[in-house]
Amino acid sequence: MTGDANQTVDEAATAETGPLLQISDLEVGFKTQNGMVSAVRGANLSVYPGQTVAIVGESGSGKSTLAHTIVNLLPDNGRIRRGSIRFRDQEVTQFSKRRMAALRGSSIGLVPQDPMSNLNPLWRVGFQIKETLKANNIATGKAADKRVRELLAEAGLPNAEERARQFPHEFSGGMLQRSLIAMGLAARPDLLIADEPTSALDVTVQHQILNHLDGLTSELNVAVLLITHDLGLAAERAEHLAVMYKGRIVESGPALDILQDPQHPYTQRLVHSAPSLASRRLESEHQHIQVSDPSAAATETTDGATSRDAAPGATSTDTVLEAEHLVKSFPIRGDFGQKSTDFKAVDDVSFSLQRGTTMALVGESGSGKSTVAQITLRLLRPTSGRVLFDGEDISPLASKELLRLRRKVQPIFQNPYGTLDPMYSIYRTIEEPLRTHGIGNQKQRRQKIKDLLEKVAMPASTVNRYPNELSGGQRQRIAIARALALDPEVVVCDEAVSALDVLVQDQILNLLNDLQGEFGLSYLFISHDLAVVRQIADDVLVMRHGQLVEAASTDEVFGNPQQQYTRDLLESIPGGHIPLGNTA
Amino acid sequence: MLRYTSRRILQMIPVLLGTTLLIYAMVFAMPGDPVTALFGDKPVNENVADQIRAEYNLDEPFIVQYLLFLKGIFVGDFGITFSGRPVIDIIARVFPTTIKLAFMALIIEMVLGVAVGVMAGIRKGKLFDSTVLMLSLVVIAIPTFVLGFVGQFVFGIELGWFPATARDASIGSLLMPAVVLAGVSLAYVIRLTRTSIVENLSADHVRTAKAKGLSGSRVTTVHVLRNSLIPVVTFLGADLGTLMGGAIVTEYIFAVDGVGSALYDAILRSEGTTVVSIVTLLVVVYIFANLLVDLLYAVLDPRIRYA
Repeated sequence: MTGDANQTVDEAATAETGPLLQISDLEVGFKTQNGMVSAVRGANLSVYPGQTVAIVGESGSGKSTLAHTIVNLLPDNGRIRRGSIRFRDQEVTQFSKRRMAALRGSSIGLVPQDPMSNLNPLWRVGFQIKETLKANNIATGKAADKRVRELLAEAGLPNAEERARQFPHEFSGGMLQRSLIAMGLAARPDLLIADEPTSALDVTVQHQILNHLDGLTSELNVAVLLITHDLGLAAERAEHLAVMYKGRIVESGPALDILQDPQHPYTQRLVHSAPSLASRRLESEHQHIQVSDPSAAATETTDGATSRDAAPGATSTDTVLEAEHLVKSFPIRGDFGQKSTDFKAVDDVSFSLQRGTTMALVGESGSGKSTVAQITLRLLRPTSGRVLFDGEDISPLASKELLRLRRKVQPIFQNPYGTLDPMYSIYRTIEEPLRTHGIGNQKQRRQKIKDLLEKVAMPASTVNRYPNELSGGQRQRIAIARALALDPEVVVCDEAVSALDVLVQDQILNLLNDLQGEFGLSYLFISHDLAVVRQIADDVLVMRHGQLVEAASTDEVFGNPQQQYTRDLLESIPGGHIPLGNTA
Repeated sequence: MLRYTSRRILQMIPVLLGTTLLIYAMVFAMPGDPVTALFGDKPVNENVADQIRAEYNLDEPFIVQYLLFLKGIFVGDFGITFSGRPVIDIIARVFPTTIKLAFMALIIEMVLGVAVGVMAGIRKGKLFDSTVLMLSLVVIAIPTFVLGFVGQFVFGIELGWFPATARDASIGSLLMPAVVLAGVSLAYVIRLTRTSIVENLSADHVRTAKAKGLSGSRVTTVHVLRNSLIPVVTFLGADLGTLMGGAIVTEYIFAVDGVGSALYDAILRSEGTTVVSIVTLLVVVYIFANLLVDLLYAVLDPRIRYA
């Protein structure tokens, strides 16, 4: 430890000229049953003191593996096969376990990806930060406790003293991420590896935390290696970008240059499909059914009754789904001896969805948007208010009539890994709704499934495969095929593209849009991502704390937002203000 | 916590009523007349037999017998055996021995099982791990009576390291039966601990702990061990009940005067009151062990709060 400290002082003088971290020709592989699988292939990268460098790539591109290799935290089957990693001109790949442990925390900090799983659930947050201080010989005992509070406050957590005594499960995702930032910076490292530090968070929280991280690292002059899948975010936060694709760094250079003049075909595609404010509503190949009057699409919460009165008249064929003053409250169990209180998850929400259009429902997590989706699907019953499908109240429907409704209103959910039964073949997955509703005979169903797979651009041979053999994007295509099997009129997409990589997201959005044009589908599109909403929606509803705060056409919401909250949301879209090249 | 505990204890009432009724019915339904059996090879004297039946309420219908038994339990009277000894005396004699035996077995499982399991988990895929894995399979495969007799013969008689029987119920003489009793569960504890350790070693928060600069040993003890012990503790708690009631074979081999032997004798004699009394106590032990585990769970895992 002391030897290391001396070297730090010696090298401080030379640090001005040379890179802090230099990775050259690095190859990393994983030992599997089928031999070595390369994850990183010949990567080159330099990070200079105080600089922020971002590695951008889709999942599976090897960016996290590269980050973990630097501090030798690869899984057991990971091996460095070639190349060198030099940190402060020392070859860290040759370090002993002990020297590596000494380097971690004090010289290279890590802010990991998923805040929910990266703190030990059994220890208090303060204890886990204090450990870092002790392990790196910074402070012990009372002094360390004091330092923990300072670090938590510095990371933007109010009531640091109380917070330090709490357990991870008592924190929200944003608070956990702040604690992890406090932990990563606790020993004042020279380099901070931030591995998707905010991907699991809401845009507004993400914005705050990144601002905070930016401020802290520039104040402390810490170099940051930012790993992200979000090109907009990378360009906004880093001076230097490295684009990673299939284990290779295919392009690197100043952030703006890459965005405006991407050279590599992959980068070009990435820039092209990055959802940002500059993008527009997707154009369908097929004729798009136009809404006669966009301003009538969303009814204001206050005059919902009047617009409903008008609805059955002239535009009766247009409104396919209508929600009137929906309220949903859940009882929260009180403490010992106290009565339970009600929590209003949805508070007086009204809207009407026009046939052939897309209505987006946006808001942060906990804003009640998914609850609204479940009510419209009649998976939940509203506490008060009602949902009309084709002018008919859906809540009293039972057995046969309910089955008929289910046929016309189909969901696509967020997590393509969780919504397909792993024991069902793709054929059985798509056939199930057809069988449930008794549609066609075996031969007709087989033909229908073939057609559906074609529609979602999957090869017909997919029928014999199982979900675990498919990628996230492919699975979501199957989920779409299943939803379309019954020829529904309304599809409720609950964060249907949120779990997907940018390029895949782009494909799925285009697919949804084409299908809408072809079949005249209406979408209720729930998302926290405004950039995506911009591409797909005709009308936007903004929800906050269970209430509708803004309802207007997409152009109005993006061009002229009325509420401060909506403006904050728009403001938080990463990379929103960066002018892209002419590729879009 | 208090509310949870009291609710759990209240839940014991229907469980106890159910188990006693079930066991009473099963003993009642056993073939053969216990009173006739008392006469052995001698001719049955109907007068004496009727007298015995009346004394033990055996002439009453089943449900009346059961209710009379329940009434007795409430006033602390567990009834008397056919030989005229109060059942409570038998309980007082055999329970301490079995509790001692069960706890010794439990400690062996806990200390040895967790230690070996942790070592195997950390050395996943190495020689030590494979050896332990194989040995534990062997132990699981061998029936208790084989293990018991072989242990008794080799260590008790040939080598003379331990007493061959444990009639006196001293710690020294109970050691051998405790090891045999612990055997099978020990193998499970080792494998459970190992799996749990392996799983936790690859947890995200363990990687983060390493990234903080903690030493390998601190990561293992602070961030892997405690998390891994949660399922093990659950198993051990549930196992305490099994050890108490499942010692029949072991107690028989080593001539331990414990619950198992007493229960075995009572079943042979169709002594309903004795069987049901002992089993009722075992059920109570089992329920309390489980409650203890659930409470311990909350201590080990702060995410669990009982209200």
